[in-house]
Amino acid sequence: MAWTRQLLRVNLTDGTCIAEPVNMEWARQYLGQRGLATRYIVDEVDPKCDALSPENKMIMATGPLTGTMASTGGRYSVITKSPLTGAIACSNSGGFFGAEMKSAGWDMVIFEGKAASPVYLSIENEKAELRPADDLWGKSCWETDEILHNKHQDPQLRIAVVGRSAEQGCLYSSVINDLHRAAGRSGVGTVMASKNLKAVTIRGTRGVTNIEDPAKFMETVNAGKKVLAENAVTGEGLPALGTQVLMNVINEVGAMPTRNMRESQFEGAHKISGEAMLEPRKSDGKPNLTRNGGCFACTIACGRISTIDREHFSVKEKPQYWGNSGGLEYEAAWALGSDTGIDDLDALTYVNFICNEDGMDPISFGATVAAAMELFEEGVINTSHTDGVELKFGNAQALCWAVEQSAIGTGFGADLNLGSRKLCQKYGRPELSMTVKGQEFPAYDPRGIQGMGLTYATSNRGACHLRSYTVSSEILGVPEKTDPLATEGKAGLVKAFQDATAAVDSAGLCVFTTFAWTLDDIAPQIDAACEGDWSPERLVEVGERIWQLERDFNLKAGISGAEDTLPDRLLKDAAKSGPAKGMVAGLDKMLPEYYELRGWTADGQITAETRSKFGLPG
Amino acid sequence: MKITFKLYATLQGHLPANAVNNAVEVDIEPQATLHQVIDSFRVPRKDAHLVLVNGTYFGFDDRDDAGVLKEGDVLAVWPPVAGG
Repeated sequence: MAWTRQLLRVNLTDGTCIAEPVNMEWARQYLGQRGLATRYIVDEVDPKCDALSPENKMIMATGPLTGTMASTGGRYSVITKSPLTGAIACSNSGGFFGAEMKSAGWDMVIFEGKAASPVYLSIENEKAELRPADDLWGKSCWETDEILHNKHQDPQLRIAVVGRSAEQGCLYSSVINDLHRAAGRSGVGTVMASKNLKAVTIRGTRGVTNIEDPAKFMETVNAGKKVLAENAVTGEGLPALGTQVLMNVINEVGAMPTRNMRESQFEGAHKISGEAMLEPRKSDGKPNLTRNGGCFACTIACGRISTIDREHFSVKEKPQYWGNSGGLEYEAAWALGSDTGIDDLDALTYVNFICNEDGMDPISFGATVAAAMELFEEGVINTSHTDGVELKFGNAQALCWAVEQSAIGTGFGADLNLGSRKLCQKYGRPELSMTVKGQEFPAYDPRGIQGMGLTYATSNRGACHLRSYTVSSEILGVPEKTDPLATEGKAGLVKAFQDATAAVDSAGLCVFTTFAWTLDDIAPQIDAACEGDWSPERLVEVGERIWQLERDFNLKAGISGAEDTLPDRLLKDAAKSGPAKGMVAGLDKMLPEYYELRGWTADGQITAETRSKFGLPG
Repeated sequence: MKITFKLYATLQGHLPANAVNNAVEVDIEPQATLHQVIDSFRVPRKDAHLVLVNGTYFGFDDRDDAGVLKEGDVLAVWPPVAGG
């Protein structure tokens, strides 16, 4: 089984917490977590609703392997309609919160309505209640975490929380759990705050006791861990350098989005890279990186735990930031660094700390600052908007000022909290927004990695690398090398990545396992844990069903195939340097084939035949 | 003929002490192959997973071809890495 078969429905309007059985027919079709929760959202939420109204719902969901001994089996996701994009949102997080939810006996928690005043949800195994949180409103994620740990007098309490940015309506606020893990993208934290829900505290002591075949499960889990340990990426590279190992790679291949994607190589990349994080500082002889860190049950441990130089301007008078905390991952380092033209490692680490402390998605925040910097340099905004700050590319002080403004939604921070699309629209330059469906790009220029152009254009949650990480094949040669500058064959590659990833995201596992594992490694673990036969082929089918369901929600929300596109800068302005010099993103060469492979019409609608094939609801 | 040689990630320990920003300038024979340059830094061939010349990937079988490198080229090498 592995599912607990129980979900908790929390009606914030009525103040009720009611247990109900999970729809197991849906679990068989959609597995869990991303897939299963999306099925509930599709059933219960009007796709056209205002994402920040009480009509929207938010689900925290685990997968069947969450909380088990399977490596990386600690994931949970937050699924809702996004206020940033208007599309379906599903943001995945690690840490320990998801496993604790499962251990308390819940596959998922559905939040509906809106509380009259701030509350938090307290779960201790089967006992769940809403408690007043007036004293927590206006507090950062870190302050709230500390207050709740003290209030409950339980150091093992696991907490997910929203920060002040979410309270102020920042459209890309995250849900932060375990201090520095995040369900980061698409503004899922903004939805949580809109319901006057400040935090969720969980203590679970039941464990996951209902494994279908325990002996076989142990055998398959151990086999999987052996593969991860012996693989050079998951056994050696990721623990040593984390995702930041990519900074120099992606810059070298000419796919490093720089200064709001005007360029695709950053001269300061080496100063903010994974290698730079290992270099001893001149001031105290310590490197930026203190150690790596792992989430629940993870045997990879790619996380970064870092410190900032105490003499650095960003923290000189702020001893509260002198200790260890969640350090830079590649996506944050890129968005806060090369996209803003800033190569100050300590400044980026400080800004990353603040993004964790008050719950902003550092990708969207960094990319929005980059758009604002271009608006500033174009003269569209000036120091009268920015309280005298020279918001120019390369200005580290300006970036640190911006994150402090954004965290509490004050001054120009309120503009930054709109996200890149609405910011650029507000100032009459929508073409300067580097977004798809309103969500900011991650760290790969699609002119230099063509498959990522199709990935971004067709991602069901707007521009995103985690929906189909073809970088793995096109640049890194995993599982096999393809030419990053070619468009041929990329439609099939993107679809294959999208479907497999949707299945992994629905299992309770981390997608980073797939640098070593294929579905042939994953399926036996699910099959041993869960009832029914779970083959790699069935996982692909489930993954594709999830993809079609998400697409269907977006179409019904009014997001048509016309939005499966990229900004003109990437479609018309050629890359200026690197192997892709002279090239644009060849989306038009890939999209028609992709639609055909998906079983969609030429304008991106799902055909009746495809609906029937995957049993999509009316 | 001079080129720039770069080693990254868990291979950076193979660089000489005078390397700056993971890079060192090296003098090579005009017909030197990629494998010959990589061998000269005692990097095991099996660990040289990602081999880029001016950012363009060269597969294992192409690393024994002479005449690939020209004056001023950048040869950069990584072990198997990934992230995201």
